[in-house]
Amino acid sequence: MREALLVAEKLTRRFGGLTANSNVNLTLERGTLHALLGPNGAGKSTCINMLSGDLPPSEGRILLGGKDITGLSNHQRSRVGIGRSYQRTNIFPKFSVLENCRLAAQSRRQQPWRVFKDAVRDPDTLARAHAAIAEAGLAGREHRIAGQMSHGEQRQLEIAMVLATDAQVLLLDEPLAGMGSDESAQMVELLKRLRENRAILLVEHDMDAVFAVADTITVLVNGQVLESGDPDTIRKSPAVQQAYLGHEGADHV
Amino acid sequence: MNPTSQRLILPLLLAALLAFPSFGSDFYVELVAKTLVLAIFAMSLDLLVGFTGLVSFGHAAYFGIAAYAVAMITPKYDPASLWLALPAAIIAAGLAAFVIGLFVLRTKGIYFIMVTLAFAQMVFFLFHDTNLGGGSDGVNINFKPDAAIAGWAPFDLNEPGQLYYFIVAALVAVYGVLKLVLRSPFGRVLIGIRSNEHRMLSLGYATFYYKLAAFTLAGALAGVAGFLYAVLSGFVTPELLAWHQSGNVLLMVILGGMGNLVGAIAGAFAFTAMQEAFGAWTKHWQLAMGLAIVAAVLFLPGGLSAIPARLKRAMTGEEK
Repeated sequence: MREALLVAEKLTRRFGGLTANSNVNLTLERGTLHALLGPNGAGKSTCINMLSGDLPPSEGRILLGGKDITGLSNHQRSRVGIGRSYQRTNIFPKFSVLENCRLAAQSRRQQPWRVFKDAVRDPDTLARAHAAIAEAGLAGREHRIAGQMSHGEQRQLEIAMVLATDAQVLLLDEPLAGMGSDESAQMVELLKRLRENRAILLVEHDMDAVFAVADTITVLVNGQVLESGDPDTIRKSPAVQQAYLGHEGADHV
Repeated sequence: MNPTSQRLILPLLLAALLAFPSFGSDFYVELVAKTLVLAIFAMSLDLLVGFTGLVSFGHAAYFGIAAYAVAMITPKYDPASLWLALPAAIIAAGLAAFVIGLFVLRTKGIYFIMVTLAFAQMVFFLFHDTNLGGGSDGVNINFKPDAAIAGWAPFDLNEPGQLYYFIVAALVAVYGVLKLVLRSPFGRVLIGIRSNEHRMLSLGYATFYYKLAAFTLAGALAGVAGFLYAVLSGFVTPELLAWHQSGNVLLMVILGGMGNLVGAIAGAFAFTAMQEAFGAWTKHWQLAMGLAIVAAVLFLPGGLSAIPARLKRAMTGEEK
């Protein structure tokens, strides 16, 4: 039995009269990658926003390691080990790669009262920033200015920052969006490596990538879970074919 | 300015400031002293505007509160102790900034600008319309604070020359405190907040408390300037807290180049110099000043502190 890190129970979110998510159940286990699929407007972003604390749920609860964290805000969730990357690249564009990751690492030992400490020379924080940069495959590019790098590199940096916070649960919102095929393939390899000792939720449109790396897939349609299971189950599910894959397939025929 | 040229230029500037009283006339020594006080004020605002991305349009409130604190703590026929009056002024300003910060930091962008202005105007009318500090006439400070510790006085603020050096020392101290803070983990977080506050939140920083601490520190340091202003001029009026004053200090920061402490000092000097030059030339000096500021913002983005880099680019013929 794998260790369930993050469990979402009956998550519901309404915006006025619109129900963006309704009774969504999700379980993220250590060592697995759980993909969230669904057409545009299915409620994937709302779901990931509720898990990261950017949006409070209207109903339902979220458990991390058995503890209820529903009431924690986004920065508190980061502190307990939930890291998130964003669909639209969300970095510090004028800082170097190293400073982006160093700030992320510093968040684990903030010590704002230590006014005599030279922040950019703190060996512990630097070591963790460098480790995260290496793990995300950006070694050698530490001193590049983040905003001047390629889109793919910025997506890697986004993940490096999450890693520098020592997150055990990674919520990755379309990390492959806008990437070329080479960059995509590299990112898929990176995701496979990251999965080994963490729990990952992947929101992604790239079907090939999802079926290549996901251990579990949950398909969301109209804010509700249509189907959840391993990739084979999803691929064979008549409901999914009807609602999603079949529809998309029909477009191409 | 890059760090190496700063390391060369700063000691030279300090030496010039220290040597100035030996060849400047009394009038100019006092004018420079007043400008240095405004430079401290501008640096304190730059911590918010330039480094944290919080455009406060009510920074004069903390400057004025500290000045009034000196007036209120000074007995009518005796001097107050410097070692009581200075901390009292700093704490009064810092405390006011802390309390006001609790409210204003819940807003962002244009709302933050408006709400800081609104609070500062409240403080202005508190002093203007009540007898708390002499009403709209203001109040005299008959005696400058006394630096004596148990009968021994290391210096005397009644001596214009010694007061000048005291102000230079305060400028160096405030510059040093800000440099230290900006280098520390706390300061790096502030700079991160300016760049991308949402990302700082998702990285686990409770940015509200960081901003509150920065707002309080900026208020306390504005208090140092307010204290020195009150001691230097010997007279405190509600105008010190008025929105003109908040606007002037914001212009100094913008003129000098936001996010650069030396720039803030340069901005204070440029502002005073323009005020003096245009004032001597025409009585409509504010019109000329306005045009000069518009020109500076249009043709010198990045402010005075961007000049060295621009010169370097021009001389080496490098493209931007």
